[in-house]
Amino acid sequence: MASLDRTARAFLLSELVAGFVLTLKYMFKPKVTVNYPYEKGPLSPRFRGEHALRRYPNGEERCIACKLCEAICPAQAITIEAEPRDDGSRRTTRYDIDMTKCIYCGFCQEACPVDAIVEGPNFEFSTETREELMYNKDKLLANGDRWESLIAANLHSDAAYR
Amino acid sequence: MILQALAFYVFAAITVASAAMVVTSRNPVYSVLFLILAFFNAAALFLLIGAEFIAMILVIVYVGAVAVLFLFVVMMLDINLTELREGFLEYFPVGALIGAVLFAELLLGVGIIGSGSTTVAALNAHGPHVAAIDNTRAIGRVLYTQYFYLFQVAGLVLLVAMIGAIVLTLRSRPGVRRQRAGEQINRTKEQAISVVKVPTRGGV
Amino acid sequence: MFADIHTFFTTNWLGIAILILLQCLAVTVPLLLAVAYMTYADRKIWASIQLRRGPNVVGPFGLLQPMADGLKLVLKETIIPSSANGILFVIAPMIAFMTALVAWAVVPFDNGWVIADINVGILYLFAISSLGVYGIIIAGWASNSKYAFLGALRSAAQMVSYEVSIGFVLVTVLLCVGSLNLSKVVLAQSGWFWNWFWLPLLPMFVIFFISALAETNRTPFDLPMSEAELVAGFHTEYSAMTFGLFFLGEYANMILLSALGAVLFLGGWHSPIPYAPFTLVPGVIWFALKIAFLLFIFSWTKGTLPRYRYDQLMRLGWKVFLPVSLAWVVLTAAVLQFGGWLPKP
Repeated sequence: MASLDRTARAFLLSELVAGFVLTLKYMFKPKVTVNYPYEKGPLSPRFRGEHALRRYPNGEERCIACKLCEAICPAQAITIEAEPRDDGSRRTTRYDIDMTKCIYCGFCQEACPVDAIVEGPNFEFSTETREELMYNKDKLLANGDRWESLIAANLHSDAAYR
Repeated sequence: MILQALAFYVFAAITVASAAMVVTSRNPVYSVLFLILAFFNAAALFLLIGAEFIAMILVIVYVGAVAVLFLFVVMMLDINLTELREGFLEYFPVGALIGAVLFAELLLGVGIIGSGSTTVAALNAHGPHVAAIDNTRAIGRVLYTQYFYLFQVAGLVLLVAMIGAIVLTLRSRPGVRRQRAGEQINRTKEQAISVVKVPTRGGV
Repeated sequence: MFADIHTFFTTNWLGIAILILLQCLAVTVPLLLAVAYMTYADRKIWASIQLRRGPNVVGPFGLLQPMADGLKLVLKETIIPSSANGILFVIAPMIAFMTALVAWAVVPFDNGWVIADINVGILYLFAISSLGVYGIIIAGWASNSKYAFLGALRSAAQMVSYEVSIGFVLVTVLLCVGSLNLSKVVLAQSGWFWNWFWLPLLPMFVIFFISALAETNRTPFDLPMSEAELVAGFHTEYSAMTFGLFFLGEYANMILLSALGAVLFLGGWHSPIPYAPFTLVPGVIWFALKIAFLLFIFSWTKGTLPRYRYDQLMRLGWKVFLPVSLAWVVLTAAVLQFGGWLPKP
């Protein structure tokens, strides 16, 4: 009897039909994908995206050229040169990040004593040429100015856990 | 009428030219492709004389199946042309003889039909008149009545050829594991899975 | 005036030529549009089966996506590999595309709406569809690449195998109709939708559909272009519009086999219920709806089934479908003969 049952099922293609019914049901389910350029998924405040150099609220740049980030960078993507500024404070004359080398580990922002270099929430910084990914100080500061509000909010919300 | 004559000469010229190319072209793959062209134009010629059934069967059987297999085999062979050319003069007399015999038979056949007792009209008298019904039906009527036994014999010959081909190529190789789909499907859960209670540090 | 135009188009050879040309355009232009939107429908259907959205950026609902794809294919550079056989390499996609279009000459869209109402319509369709394999096999050989060649060999063997069972399916339908003319095939299925041949010949319909999948190299039989093993099969070396022609030809072939299925098993242009208001809908629309239904099943299959292994494919073709369809031919003939249902000559 069982074999008869199996034979009948095999000839009526029952397994095929079951599979087809399943896929037909799935066709009418709500979509799970996010409509990306128009909708975006949620990001953690710890998200490590594009780098930025931050400033104090009075406009003074935070970086004091301690070179801890340069030292800790496992990919050696950061290059810093420093000189005393006219007012005697120690500042960077050159702060370059090679974004093609960067592995987005976040060690630089961990090492920074003044929260100057941070990895912001921006992940859409693709470029058409390789050269555009060699970030210099101006670019990093500009990033900081552009994303400051979000970066500050993220740092604040994550501060309790650090 | 002029258009038809023109079409006939175009198709006939291509048929003959491509047949010539089959023999003369250096690359065997080209030969097969020209053979296909020849078949195709022959089918077109059949269409021109109103034998649409034969034309379609020619395309289906020869172009669609036989020539594909030819092409298949020829493409897979790695033929060395210079080696092939070496034996050319040796085999030429035999080939030429066979060709001549075939040509003579063809001429003879045309001569017999064209003259005397067995004219086209006489041949027509045996079967139904072609113009009155479509030629698929006409072929069916004579094939399954007048020529029934010959038709069956032809089928038998094909069957023997098929069995012969299978016998020649079939060899039983020991130790080959084949998939048995039926067994796989019929396997039940009980046959496939055994639930074992594994004692700690004991293993199965 | 009207009579003049009529005589011009029916007697003058120039008029006849123009008329035939217009008829061909009237078939091919909607066909190419259908091919373009079949690609779109395909992608949307797979996407929704996989809970994705599918193309939705170009135009409203992504409706201009096929146009964008087509434009991209036309504008790109055609690359002919230096070791390829140049002439055959270019001819192959043309053959693949042309055979898919030429077959439409005998498909009846409505009662009398057919370019060439020839007596051996089914045989013509069968012959032309068996020619499609040449485009693929020549492409595989001319590319001079192992992936392309293996893909072409697989495809040729597959298409030849499944053509046999399609042939027997056609024979059963012929036995029930008593004619090789496609219009007569449709006329023999008039009446309610259970009079169409799909019900009396249900196993044959299933075999026909599965063989059609194999014939058009669609999932679960897309071994010739199985990307995991053969890169892209026979069109690995093709780019730009040469690839585009293969792509269009493949979809045109799918639509053709769906049309053949609609004519043979789903009653062609007949409405499913032979009363008004259903009979008031033009037959072309019913025909198009039936083709669309079969094409939906094509896409649905692709979204559902995994790919067959090659030996399984051959086993199915030769050891299952061939004996079953052969037995069904004999059975149908016997039932028709002894049941007294033989069609009148």
